[in-house]
Amino acid sequence: MATAVAPSIPAPARSGLWSWITTTDHKRIGILYGVTAFAFFLIGGLEALLIRLQLAHSNNTLVSAETFNQLFTMHGTTMIFLAVMPLSAAFFNYIVPLQIGARDVAFPRLNAFSYWVFLLGGLFLNASFLVGAAPDGGWFGYVNLTSRQYSPGLSIDFWVLGLQVLGIASLAAGFNFLVTIINLRAPGMRMMRLPVFTWMTLVTQIIIVTAFPVITVALVLLMFDRFFGTTFYSVAAGGSLLLWQHLFWLFGHPEVYILILPAMGIVSEVLPTFSRKPLFGYAVVVYSGALIGLMGWGVWAHHMFASGLGPIPDSVFGATTMMIAVPTGVKIFNWLATMWGGQIRFTTAMLFAMGFIAMFVIGGLSGVMHSSPPADLQQTDTYFVVAHIHYVLFGGAIQGLFAGIYYWFPKITGRLMDEKLGKAHFWLSFVGLNLAFFPMHFIGLLGMPRRVYTYRPELGVDSMNLVSTVGAFIIAVSLLVFAYNAWRSWRRGRPAGNDPWGGATLEWSLPSPPPPYNFSVIPEVVSRLPRWSVTQMKAIPEVPPEPIHVPGGSYWPLVTALGIITMATGAVAHTLWIVLLGGAVLIFGIYRWAFEPFEA
Amino acid sequence: MPRRRIVAALLTSASLITIVSACGGPFPQSTLHPAADLGFEIDRLFRLIVWLAAGVFITVETLLLYVAFRFRARPGQPPPARVHGNTLLEVSWTLAPALILILVAVPTIRTILRTERERPGALEITVVGHQWWWEFRYPGSGVVTANELHVPVGKPVVLSMTSADVIHSFWAPRLGGKRDVLSGRTNRIRFTPDSVGVFMGQCAEFCGQSHANMGLRVVVEDSVAFAAWQERQLAPPLPPDSLSPLAREGLDAFRKIREPASNTCIACHTVQGISAGVLGPNLTHLASRSTIAGGTLPNTPEGLTRWLKDPPAVKPGSKMPNPGLSDAEIAALVAYLQSLR
Repeated sequence: MATAVAPSIPAPARSGLWSWITTTDHKRIGILYGVTAFAFFLIGGLEALLIRLQLAHSNNTLVSAETFNQLFTMHGTTMIFLAVMPLSAAFFNYIVPLQIGARDVAFPRLNAFSYWVFLLGGLFLNASFLVGAAPDGGWFGYVNLTSRQYSPGLSIDFWVLGLQVLGIASLAAGFNFLVTIINLRAPGMRMMRLPVFTWMTLVTQIIIVTAFPVITVALVLLMFDRFFGTTFYSVAAGGSLLLWQHLFWLFGHPEVYILILPAMGIVSEVLPTFSRKPLFGYAVVVYSGALIGLMGWGVWAHHMFASGLGPIPDSVFGATTMMIAVPTGVKIFNWLATMWGGQIRFTTAMLFAMGFIAMFVIGGLSGVMHSSPPADLQQTDTYFVVAHIHYVLFGGAIQGLFAGIYYWFPKITGRLMDEKLGKAHFWLSFVGLNLAFFPMHFIGLLGMPRRVYTYRPELGVDSMNLVSTVGAFIIAVSLLVFAYNAWRSWRRGRPAGNDPWGGATLEWSLPSPPPPYNFSVIPEVVSRLPRWSVTQMKAIPEVPPEPIHVPGGSYWPLVTALGIITMATGAVAHTLWIVLLGGAVLIFGIYRWAFEPFEA
Repeated sequence: MPRRRIVAALLTSASLITIVSACGGPFPQSTLHPAADLGFEIDRLFRLIVWLAAGVFITVETLLLYVAFRFRARPGQPPPARVHGNTLLEVSWTLAPALILILVAVPTIRTILRTERERPGALEITVVGHQWWWEFRYPGSGVVTANELHVPVGKPVVLSMTSADVIHSFWAPRLGGKRDVLSGRTNRIRFTPDSVGVFMGQCAEFCGQSHANMGLRVVVEDSVAFAAWQERQLAPPLPPDSLSPLAREGLDAFRKIREPASNTCIACHTVQGISAGVLGPNLTHLASRSTIAGGTLPNTPEGLTRWLKDPPAVKPGSKMPNPGLSDAEIAALVAYLQSLR
C-alpha cells in the first residue's frame, strides 16, 4: 500500500493492535524490538537470580541439578540471542535510518519479518519450559553431550531448532541494514561522514551475515545427527567432536563482537554530545571498529586451548587474540581524549557511557589474561571466565545499551526520562554489577568451575558467592527502578523538543518522535557533524512541501514467520504433517508477500 | 551533598565487602598455590600478566576519573575547542598496548613450549573420563583405580587422557592447568609434583547432569609410600573364607543376579577374581580410597550406606540405578566393600 501523505491526507492508521501487527515503519519495529528484548532480558535476569540463589552457599538444594542446567543454558542463550542482540537491533531500527537521512530501511516488510521471526523464535525457545524440556546442554551445546545418545529428550531439539529460527531473523535483518546503510544515505552522507553508531552497525551486519551461516551449518549437521541418524559428530563413525567446537567458535567469537560493537557505537555518540566535543580521531575509531570485526575471525580457537590443539596452534591463536587488544585499547584512549578538554554534563546517558569505559577495561584486561594459553588452562571453564564475560557483556554491552536508551528515549517518545531515577538506576547497577561479578574472579582462581549446580564448603568460596548473589539482587532492583522510570517518563515525562542534548547528528533535527516519513525533505549533508558545523544545515520544514511515499502495512511478513515457526514446532513434535503444513504456509506467505498489490 | 555521600558510601562498602569476603582459606583447589612445576610455570606467567594489567587498569581509570573531575561543565564557559584528533598521540597509544602485549606474548610462548615438552622416564598413567567418575590405569604396573590418583613426589608424570562418553576436563588446580578429556583423541598433561599431600580437583568441562559431582583427588606421596600403595593395589582381595560372616553375606549379595540386569553389582563392577564389569569403577581396592562416588561421599560405613540406598539421590542422573536393596543387604554389602583394602 502506498499512501500519499500530504498535510490534508491522514497517515495510515497509527494506533490499535492491528496497526502494530502490520507495521512496516522502522521506528515502530524498533520499539517492538526494544520492548520484546527487554521482556526477554527480564526472563534471562530471573534465571540469573535463581542461579545465584542456588549458589548463594555450598551444598544448596534450592533447585535440582537438571533445573540448574536448564537455567544456565537458557540464561546464556536468552541474554545473547534474545536480549542483547535484539536490544541492539532496536537501535539499528530506530536510529540508523534517522542518522543517514533515510525515510525507512531498504526492505520495510523484510524488517517486519525479522522482528516476527525473532519474537516467535524466542517464544518457541521458552515454550520448552512449559513442556518441561528446556535446553540443558549449555549455550555452546558441545557435542557429544548434545547428541541423541546423551541427550535423548526434546530439550536439545528445542535449542537446535530455536537457534536456527533466530538465525533467520538475524540474517534477514543483517542484509536489510547492509543495503540500507550502503544505499539509502542522504546526498552528501559519504561513508566517512557516517555517524560512528551507524558505522558500528554496518560492521556488525557484515559480521552477522558472515558468522550466522557458520553456526547454521553446525546446527544443521547436529540436527541431521539427531533426527536422521547421520554421523557428522560421531567419533565411532569417524566424525570429530572438535568439528563442532571449531564451527561453533568460528561463529561464537565474531558473535562477541556482534554483541559489543553496537554498544561501542552508542558510546561513541554519547561521549561527544555530553562533552560538547567531536569524537577524537573519528577515522581511527571507525577503522579500529572495522579491524576488531575483521580480526574477530582469526581468534576462535582461544575458546579451545584446553582441548589439546598443540603448542603451535595455541601460540598462534594466543598471539592473534592479544593483537585484538590493540584496536580495543585505541578506542578506549580515543574516548578518553574525546572527553579531555570538553565540558562534561553528567547525564544518566553519560554516566552509563563512562561506566562502559570503566568496566569494559576490566573485562578487556581479564581477556588478555586468558589470551595466554597456559594461564587460560587454569582459568577456562571456571568462574574467572564468568567474571570476564559479565564485565564485557554487562559492564560493556548492557551499560552501553542503557546509555543508548537514556540518550535516544526523548527522540523515540518525545519525552525526557527522569534524571534522578536514572542516576539511581546507574549507581545501583554499577555497585550491583561489581558486587556480583568482581568476586567471581577470585571464586574462579580459587578453583570453582562454572556450570556446577553445587559446590563443596571445603573450597572456601561460600562468602564470596554470597556477596555475588547480593550483587545480582541489587542489579535486579536497579532494573525495577529503570522499568518504573521508563514507564512513567513515557507517559508523563517532560517534553523533549527536537534536540534536548545539543546533538551533532541528523536525528536531532527531526521532531520527537519523528513523523512516519522521518524527513519532510531529504537533507543535503555537508559535514560529519551536520548540526555542529560552521555551515549550518538547512532547517527541515515541519510540513512536507510535497506528498511523500510511505510504505503501507502488511501482514504477510507475520504469516511467513508463522510458517517457519510451525515447521520448527512440527520438527520438535516429530510430526511430519505439521512440518509440511508450516512449509505450505511459508511458501504461501512468501508468494502473497511478493505479489502484494499496491493500493492507491 | 548527601546524594554524593550515599554513592561514595555504597562504593566504599561494596569494595570492602568484596575484599573481606576473599579472605580466609585454606583453599584446597586454588590455582594460586601451586604444588607442581606446571602449576608454578603458569602461576609465574599469570602474575606477570596481572601486574601489567594492573598498570593499564590504574592508568585508564585514573585518567577517566581525572577527566571527569577536571572537565566537568561549569556555567559561563566558552565552548570547548573542537579538536578532531592528533596523529602523534594516536600512534603512541596504538604502539603502547602493542609493546605491553609483546611482554605478554614472549613469556607465554616460552611457557607453552616448556610445559609441553616430552619428559623421558615419566610415570605414564591413563585417565579415562566417565559420566561422572574418573578411571586411572597404570599401564606399567597394571594398577586400575578410580577417582583417586596416586603419584610419587618429584617424579615426572604424564597423564594420557581419553573419554568413555562425553567430553570431560581433568583439573587438579594446584598441580597445573586443565585439559579436556574426549573420545577419539588422547590429550596429555605433564607435571612433576614437588610436595607431598592430597590435592583436590574436579571435572571442568560441563558433562551433563552431575557435572558438579565429578571430583577427583591426587595423592602425592614419597616414593616408599607410593611403592607400598602400588603393591597393595596389585594384591588380590581377601579370599572369601577369610571374610567375616557379614562380609561373606555381602559378597553373596554382590554376586547375586538381579532383575533388571542393571541392578546387578557384578554387571558393571570389577573385583579381581570375582567379576569383570567395566561400566563402573573397579572396586578391588575400594576400601583403600578415602571417598566414593566421584568425591561426593566419604568412604565410611555411613557414606557407603547412603550411596547404596539411592545412588541417583547423591549423584543426580547416576548411571548406577537405585538397586532396591534391603537394609540387611546394604549392611552386608558395606561390610564386604570395607573388606576390599
